[in-house]
Amino acid sequence: MNSEHEITLNVNGTTRRARVPGRRLLSDCLRQDLGLTGTHVGCEHGVCGCCTVLLDGRPVRSCLMLAVTADGHEITTVEGLAGPDGMSPVQRAFAECHALQCGFCTPGFLCTVTALLEENPAPTDEEVLEGISGNLCRCTGYQNIVKAVHRAAELKAEES
Amino acid sequence: MTTRLFGEPVQRREDPRLLTGQGRYVDDLGSDALAAAFVRSPHAHARIRDIDVSAALDVDGLIAIYTYEDLPERVGRPLPLLIPHPALTHGRTAYPLAKDVVRHVGEPVVMVVATDRYLAEDACALIEVEYEPLKPVVGVEDAVQGGHLVHEDVPGNVGAHLVQEVPSTAGLSAGEAIDAAPHTLTFRLDIERSASMPLEGRGVYARWDGSDLRVYSSTQTSTSVRMAIAAALDLPLTNVEVIAPDVGGGFGVKIMHPWPEEILVPWAARLLGREIKWTEDRREHFIASAHERGQVQHVRVGFDDDGRVLGLDVRILHDHGAYTPYGIIVPIITSTQLLGPYKLGAYRVEFSSVYTNTVQVTPYRGAGRPQGVFCMERTMDKIARYLGKDRTEVRAANFIQPDEFPYDQRMTFQDGRPLIYDSGDYPEMLRMVKELIGWDDFEPAPNRGIGIGCYVEGTGVGPYEGGHVQITSDGRVHVSTGLTSQGQGHQTVFAQIAATELGVPIERVSVVTGDTRRFGYAVGTFASRAAVMSGNAIALACRKVREKALRIAADALEANPDDLEITDGVVHVVGDPSSAVPLSTVAVLANPLRYAFDDEAAKATQFSGASSPDRPPVAEGDEPGLEGRDYYSPIRSTFASGMHAAIVETDPVTAEIKVVKYAVVHDCGKLINPMIVEGQIHGGVAQGIGGALYERMAYDTHGQLVNASFMDFLMPYATEVPHVETAHLETPSPLNPLGIKGAGEAGVIPVSAVIASAIEDAEGIDIDRMPISPSELFDLRG
Repeated sequence: MNSEHEITLNVNGTTRRARVPGRRLLSDCLRQDLGLTGTHVGCEHGVCGCCTVLLDGRPVRSCLMLAVTADGHEITTVEGLAGPDGMSPVQRAFAECHALQCGFCTPGFLCTVTALLEENPAPTDEEVLEGISGNLCRCTGYQNIVKAVHRAAELKAEES
Repeated sequence: MTTRLFGEPVQRREDPRLLTGQGRYVDDLGSDALAAAFVRSPHAHARIRDIDVSAALDVDGLIAIYTYEDLPERVGRPLPLLIPHPALTHGRTAYPLAKDVVRHVGEPVVMVVATDRYLAEDACALIEVEYEPLKPVVGVEDAVQGGHLVHEDVPGNVGAHLVQEVPSTAGLSAGEAIDAAPHTLTFRLDIERSASMPLEGRGVYARWDGSDLRVYSSTQTSTSVRMAIAAALDLPLTNVEVIAPDVGGGFGVKIMHPWPEEILVPWAARLLGREIKWTEDRREHFIASAHERGQVQHVRVGFDDDGRVLGLDVRILHDHGAYTPYGIIVPIITSTQLLGPYKLGAYRVEFSSVYTNTVQVTPYRGAGRPQGVFCMERTMDKIARYLGKDRTEVRAANFIQPDEFPYDQRMTFQDGRPLIYDSGDYPEMLRMVKELIGWDDFEPAPNRGIGIGCYVEGTGVGPYEGGHVQITSDGRVHVSTGLTSQGQGHQTVFAQIAATELGVPIERVSVVTGDTRRFGYAVGTFASRAAVMSGNAIALACRKVREKALRIAADALEANPDDLEITDGVVHVVGDPSSAVPLSTVAVLANPLRYAFDDEAAKATQFSGASSPDRPPVAEGDEPGLEGRDYYSPIRSTFASGMHAAIVETDPVTAEIKVVKYAVVHDCGKLINPMIVEGQIHGGVAQGIGGALYERMAYDTHGQLVNASFMDFLMPYATEVPHVETAHLETPSPLNPLGIKGAGEAGVIPVSAVIASAIEDAEGIDIDRMPISPSELFDLRG
């Protein structure tokens, strides 16, 4: 159970190597082995979405995945969303629309919404609700998160 | 003042950090710390026969295993009963680790420390505890039968019993007033348990450096956790520091303290001389933290032809779970805040707060108010239905009028002080909410209903909070206050207050909360009190600093302090911007120096001519530096209020319930930051929707919580929460310098009442329980 494995992950554009036990969750690997504590763990059973990261561009629950199964893949965490010019449109929209309070669920929402807008740059209200319906937030009541998704779509469109 | 930021929707200053993964929550700290994990009781009620740890001793990375027997006398004492009350005649608290008997599933029995959490949990799994199961007590009605006891020495399982009576002005008791009333109604209401359920659970990280202990805890009160740890570990207070770093939501559960882990983790860290961290997992949060809400209410009301309440008698069975560490604050708040915006003829409220073999009950956002409001608002609806009147008309007939403030409800509030409302305008608020929801234009239709709920919330309870403000020679303003933050945006709103009071750009203001190294005196963040308490304390501290700055600047400018103002961080003569000195220089002048460690400091040294040779460099009664500290301690709470209304549709076949429109009118006095207040309301309403339609703690008859995961405990996602329309009414509080009232809990308080009101309207069936699920509604249809 405790035999260790060498894995190589491309995290936020950087090649990272880690030696992990087979049972190490990807979320724990990111947080503990790689020191990327921006990815949060809220339930460890894949319901709350706090631990959402992008695996090869698609949102996944890092608490439901073993680190070894991510070997060789590209991962984007909240630490990798900002570009050289500062925060991404999604991050800026969240600030502008007051779409976060305690901030604990926020990294998961940011990753989810980043992927959502990549796939659908101008989502309808229904599509936004559907798109974020796998992430729990206990603070905001979601209203400002929905607003932020639309605002992020606008910002992205303006800047592309 | 050009820098007037009070009242503006200033964007949050904490956000860039939290949006880029730079937040620092407890579990983000201490990457090299040892990990603690706990063996917890699988039984609701059992005697511990034996604990066999031998199989766990071979686990790689095991550092230590502790049971109750290993704890020194002081650490092993029962945890404190934080809020004693004369009516709590049989208060009981848990031991940090179970001693002899466990009284709920999840009670900690063994603590394991290992090199990482995986290994600590491996060891936990190998520890064998032999239990002799005892008969569990589940549900308040089972409890008051007294057939089985949660605590052997608490007869009938009743921890507290309290009766409060307010006779009518004619001297009638509630019973007499009801008997004499033209109309009476009698009914029963059932309110389920729910819980705060922040997305970050609790967590504690402690490090001992040989003489000093530093503890990081995901808490709503770092100052009191510090004192509790110092007391339990017999350490001088000055050798213990407690810091609440970024906290991932609280909603009440983290004002409870000290949790067993808050004592045990620091104790073990000191004993082992190693850093130790414990991070609660979700299942632990369900079974080992705290719940709230559960009550059964029996109501009798007498009223006249206009719907005016002549007498109200409420008997409450309150489920406080296995222990009472937080006293009986929740049922006291239910009892008092039940009155809402109404003046009743006579009122009698009686509660029994009873033990059950379930997780303890401590305040969750709203703290007893949702139950009280549910009771009063269901009563108003029933009266209206009985009389065939519009529900808002009956409410209006009972309102306290704007010219009746301050209004004395003649009861004792949760702070032990008189329940006197300071200000409000309930008729205007009703007019606003009716307009916002479209009450008068609502077209009745099958399976479509409209509902309303009103509440008054005592906010900003004492005893006090403090603020410290320091302007340094770089012109920066450093604000600190002892209470903590869990997402309320304190770094922004307190900076808005300081920037406005001092006339400085907000970019120069930084705010620290919940760090005992910076401010040691505080109560905590709960009861919608942070803005009222620390906001006013910081304003008062700023005024002291401003006065000193003007005095020093007046000296330097050879002007009268009364002729000076501060704009953009510069003190200047009113109408003469050329006669000016920046606050950075004032800070230099305020601190006479010997050593010129930088250019600014050189201006304040002894040969610089900054001070007169005829006077001591620091005058008698003065202090060096440009800083101030002050406290705000109110005579009593300030009373915010609100009214919500909703339109719901119910599916004629499946009984699915959909909230199609939701309106909130809210009065928290003067708004510091309307964007943040609205965010608080949105979040509160969402939690209220959870409580009204989805959330329950499903205990089986064995005392097992069968839905202790996010798979089964249904918290609302974005798809379940309606869009919330908000409007604000501002009746400033006359009790505090800023005229503000609390806003944190408001959103959640009336939601269950509003939804029940609307479903009842849609279905024509009495809705007397919260939450109400589609299958329950289906069954009620018969």
